Amino acid sequence: MDNIVAYAPFLLKGILVTISLSICSIVVAVFLGLAGAMASVSKSRTANRVASSYSTIVRGIPDLVFMLLLYNGGQVALNSLGSATGLWSYAELNQFVSGVIVIGFIFGAYMSETFRGAYMAIPGGMIEAGISVGMNRRVLFRHIIWPQLVRYALPGFTNNWLSLMKTTALVSVIGLEDIVYNGFAAGRATREPFTFMLIALGVYLLLTIVSDVALRVLERRYTRGVTRGVWR
Amino acid sequence: MTETLDVIRRFSSDVSPLDFYLILANWHLFWDGLKNTLVLLVVSLIVGGLLAVPLAVVRAARVPVLNQLAYGFIYLVRGTPLLVQLYVIYYGLSQFGAVRGSAAWAVLREPWWCALISFSIGTSAYTAEILRGAIEDTPRGEVEAATAAGMPRLVTLRRILLPSAFRRALPSYCNEVIFNLHSTVLASTVTIIDLLGAARSFNGKYYLAYEGFVAAALVFMAIVFVITRIFRALENRMLMHLR
Repeated sequence: MDNIVAYAPFLLKGILVTISLSICSIVVAVFLGLAGAMASVSKSRTANRVASSYSTIVRGIPDLVFMLLLYNGGQVALNSLGSATGLWSYAELNQFVSGVIVIGFIFGAYMSETFRGAYMAIPGGMIEAGISVGMNRRVLFRHIIWPQLVRYALPGFTNNWLSLMKTTALVSVIGLEDIVYNGFAAGRATREPFTFMLIALGVYLLLTIVSDVALRVLERRYTRGVTRGVWR
Repeated sequence: MTETLDVIRRFSSDVSPLDFYLILANWHLFWDGLKNTLVLLVVSLIVGGLLAVPLAVVRAARVPVLNQLAYGFIYLVRGTPLLVQLYVIYYGLSQFGAVRGSAAWAVLREPWWCALISFSIGTSAYTAEILRGAIEDTPRGEVEAATAAGMPRLVTLRRILLPSAFRRALPSYCNEVIFNLHSTVLASTVTIIDLLGAARSFNGKYYLAYEGFVAAALVFMAIVFVITRIFRALENRMLMHLR
């Protein structure tokens, strides 16, 4: 117990890293996801192909392989690109940035599936109705597409966010001092690995429960006025 | 044969940013890694699948107490990272003298067994939820027909509910198999030489930054391709009546 109190600030720092990493990554993922979804529903064949290879690559390669590849290889690639173009002499890719890029990239693919599904779920008649009353593309997006996109995408978004948070644990392998890394270090220093790994487990569980509840509340707000089922 | 190798060697040293020749020269390292990855995948799928069936049945049938216990277990497993679960089992359990003194220690001190245990637990929770969904989606009439024919509940489960649920669960289960494959790379964090472990030791051996990871990534993509094909063939056979 004394050990836990002594290491509490250390663990808290790790928790903050985990949370900020998750938030930065989800922002990247949402942008990539919107781009990916737009590419996959677009009429251009090239865009379709880019979108489908994006999801094939992410589905095909495990997240940790991606992370080690970018963290170790990205550095080399960045520097050889710099010396080839003469634009920069030395650049460093730190663990946090590598983590955000990789996790954002991976979940961008899952997000694009979610957004694409949500877009397809919007009845075509509604878009036609919008056009028929003279809405231009921007108004159509703002008033017809976006509110429904959010509604249909929220359950998928919730799932993606929950697994994204868990995926951030992998950054401890490349040495970023998140809750897993710090918990592991504290466990080794005090010879109480079980206690501290259990705390890390509890932190993730708590983060999951909190976001689960918060996002369900949001879901209920966005589905106001929608009745599910026929006889209800 | 030697000519082809020569072409690869020249291509590797002159043109390609990747040294394919070096990777091919160390193929046995990746082969051993591949074998370990596949064993971890298949064994954890079998054990996890066997655990998932009772969990899913208990959840779908809403058996009091057992349902809540199963839900708690599934929520705990799905709400926390597999990496941390693996660390709790492999590094954590050694904290207790009672564990170290027990007969189970022979198993729990081996990274291999710890990885198998945690991967099996992980996939069992996800598979149970997939299967529960599939059981609950069974058309009501099928169950009513079985009841009307005087079938006891367990027989209904065995003859009606499970066979059709397994079929309907196939597409989602394919995703779970792929995610489980992705999870097996965590074995390399507890010193097991799986495909990623092989890539890491390959890079360490030759002071390389990324070559081994690229090779491993390509092999993983090939495995995912094969898994997808197997499931597509299975779906074509088993879901024929739903087309």
